[in-house]
Amino acid sequence: MTKAITLSGLRKTFGRTAALDGLDLTVETGEVHGFLGPNGAGKSTAIRVLLGLLRADGGSARLLGKDPWHDAVELHRRLAYVPGDVELWPNLTGGEAIDLLSRLRGRLDRRRRDELIERFDLDPTKKGRSYSKGNRQKVAIVAALASDAELLLLDEPTSGLDPLMEVVFQDVVRQARGQGRTVLLSSHLLDEVEKLGDRVSIIRHGRVVQTGSLGELRHLTRTTVEAETHRPVTGLETLEGVHGVRTEGARVRFAVDGAHLDAAVRRLGEAGLRSLVSHPPTLEELMLRHYGDELAANGHPVDGEAAR
Amino acid sequence: MTATTTATGTPTAAPGRPRRSSATLAGTAALLRFDLRRDRVRIPAWVLGLGLLTLASANSVHAVYPTAADRASIAHASAGPAVLAMTGPGHYLADYTWGAMLGHRLLGLLAVLAGLMSVLIVSRHTRAEEESGRAELVRSAAVGRHAQLAAALATAAVADLALGLLLAAGLPGLGVPGLDTGGALLFGAATAAAGLLFAAVAAVAVQVTEHARTASGLALAVLGAAYALRAAGDAGANGLAWASPIGWLQRTYPFLDDRWWPLLPALALAAATGAAGFALSTRRDVGAGLRATRPGPPTARPFLGTPLGLALRLHRGLLGGFAVALLLLGAMYGSLLGNADSMLKDVDQLKEALARLGGRTLADSFAAMTLLVVAVVGAVYAVLAMLRPRAEETAGRAEPVLATGVSRSGWLGGHLVAALLGSTAVLLAAGVGFGLAGALSTGDGGAFPRLVGAALAFAPAQWVTVGFAAAVYGWLPRATPLAWLVPAYAFVIGYLGPLLKLPSGLERLSPFGQVPRLPAAAMDWTPLAALTLVAAALIALALAGFRRRDLDLR
Repeated sequence: MTKAITLSGLRKTFGRTAALDGLDLTVETGEVHGFLGPNGAGKSTAIRVLLGLLRADGGSARLLGKDPWHDAVELHRRLAYVPGDVELWPNLTGGEAIDLLSRLRGRLDRRRRDELIERFDLDPTKKGRSYSKGNRQKVAIVAALASDAELLLLDEPTSGLDPLMEVVFQDVVRQARGQGRTVLLSSHLLDEVEKLGDRVSIIRHGRVVQTGSLGELRHLTRTTVEAETHRPVTGLETLEGVHGVRTEGARVRFAVDGAHLDAAVRRLGEAGLRSLVSHPPTLEELMLRHYGDELAANGHPVDGEAAR
Repeated sequence: MTATTTATGTPTAAPGRPRRSSATLAGTAALLRFDLRRDRVRIPAWVLGLGLLTLASANSVHAVYPTAADRASIAHASAGPAVLAMTGPGHYLADYTWGAMLGHRLLGLLAVLAGLMSVLIVSRHTRAEEESGRAELVRSAAVGRHAQLAAALATAAVADLALGLLLAAGLPGLGVPGLDTGGALLFGAATAAAGLLFAAVAAVAVQVTEHARTASGLALAVLGAAYALRAAGDAGANGLAWASPIGWLQRTYPFLDDRWWPLLPALALAAATGAAGFALSTRRDVGAGLRATRPGPPTARPFLGTPLGLALRLHRGLLGGFAVALLLLGAMYGSLLGNADSMLKDVDQLKEALARLGGRTLADSFAAMTLLVVAVVGAVYAVLAMLRPRAEETAGRAEPVLATGVSRSGWLGGHLVAALLGSTAVLLAAGVGFGLAGALSTGDGGAFPRLVGAALAFAPAQWVTVGFAAAVYGWLPRATPLAWLVPAYAFVIGYLGPLLKLPSGLERLSPFGQVPRLPAAAMDWTPLAALTLVAAALIALALAGFRRRDLDLR
């Protein structure tokens, strides 16, 4: 058994809107799979079908070799889930909610639970209603990661976490992967998936439009670079993969395809770097550049740089 | 922020500069329109439902009691404490015209129902909005601090006044002799005043706690207390009813004395209570209650590790509140038990009527009648308990639980067991209160087990209520409020059935109508077994529906 998740031709409609429109997705056992798409693309719907909370209208879904609707309970003992929008019981404390969810899943590893609470700097004595969004998210993350689930379904788990906690989260996910667990990480942030994912699937309008390793998707990414140099930089425009160079005295700004970043930065170095800022492309830019047709029709600019 | 609720001195109406008083109310008109739009089905349904119920009843009393002799006979039969406890002051019986019957039998009921409507409207547009976080979004717009509460109260006022007008215009239109315009206007005004008063009570309740459900419960507890006070007062013919605003409104005696002045204290109390609500609202933050939350245990106790443990934990607050309320309600009725015989000594006709019911004593018949009322109040708990899983589902709290090793049946089963146990426990509480007070007031220690048993006989009817609510939830989750049909039907039929001489088949449609009327009637296990079977079937149906449907997710 090497496939943790296999979805093929999955369909789910709500009224007249098709949330999933023939979705295909394969996640190998032991990998961290990035599930990337803009808001409303169908990520949460797909995950909820995998959890047996929603019943697919068509297509097939296999999870750990079982049927997610019929074998839901059996499967749920082997997986852990972090919803994107965590709601807690207003009159239960965070600690009680963590214990409750862990016990309902199976065993509670108290040592790991306490360690995670410590690392995420969570106060377990506060009542659910007094937690901020980020802290509610932490409660769900701790409850999920304190388990020994072999599969983690994480639906935009870091929404609301501060950058420091995002780093802790990434560290913990890497640890989980080191233990051989499989992770499906949904996100609308490309860089988050880039830091953790082995492979990525990009979902749009209920279907997967791109899937592959990050290297394979490298051609999709275009980094924006802003630099200040001692001497004016010359010949950037002639480099392969460099776009939209703008020079303003000692400052230069351009976009470069992922594969050609090295050459471009080397050229900057030759001119004596004083400062360097690079922005990874956002998912929105990527979607705009590759699937911009519809957005353009809606009056949005198609050019990723113009959108900035 | 230092602005206060009242403008001082002459308003500074400089052009283009909002007055301080209006600043805290900015946006009220827009919010009122919005609230009315959100309630465009609810309010007409309430107003038409209550209005038509009243008009139909007025028509029926005309048809059922055509002659003066008929009316004198029902007046005679209504003089007992049991009937007075459930209707209104005995003064109405002096000249029991059709109009007096309406005032006596319906005004108290309408006051309770208009109060319920108003409490639900106010809580829905204030605390429920804050609880969901939507209020924050609204308040961040150019909306004054008091606008949401003012708009909610105005929405309730629109509903109350519409009901009052419908009654004032509709009753004279029936062509029933004696239902004159002046009396109808007073009848409508008294009903509307009850609604306004309990809207104001809700305005205070929503400031106190952070949860809409608790706030509604608090306001309804005040409503229940007001009703219980007037019941005790009217049954005992003492001054206690004057402690209850519902008692005041019943003492307007529409169609009889047409006394307008009791409306004044009621409206003054409504205004003062409403003002207190506004004042309290400035003493707290948006989303917070008046009481601060304290830290709790960092780890869960062992029992909080099963679906049932979770459900019991979620139900326990409401359960505790209802158990105490029913204990007190039972004790209130039970304490009247000792007087039942002496108060009825002279009313031979009634004695005969009650004897036909099969009661060994008048006290037994009184107990049987009042226990039904208490049991129907208990059914309110049964419905509220089964609305809980729906709230958990729509709030997104069912999702993480159902993503663990808990099956659909296990999760809903936890709530079902909690509701079944809880709805039995509130009956037990009512029975203990009734039995203790009854045994003390009659000096008959044997009354205690008999009365507790009589209360518990309603348990299968409670289970059917739970099962019906669960079945609706399992198959038609969005229609879960239909579960209110069971207590509403039992209440209306139980209340109006005897007056309107409705066919007994109508009462038997309600699970509460199937229960043998202990201790007056003999015990009969057959209907109880049948009800239990029906409850079991409904629960099986509920689980089957819930297992196969999509979860309603955010």
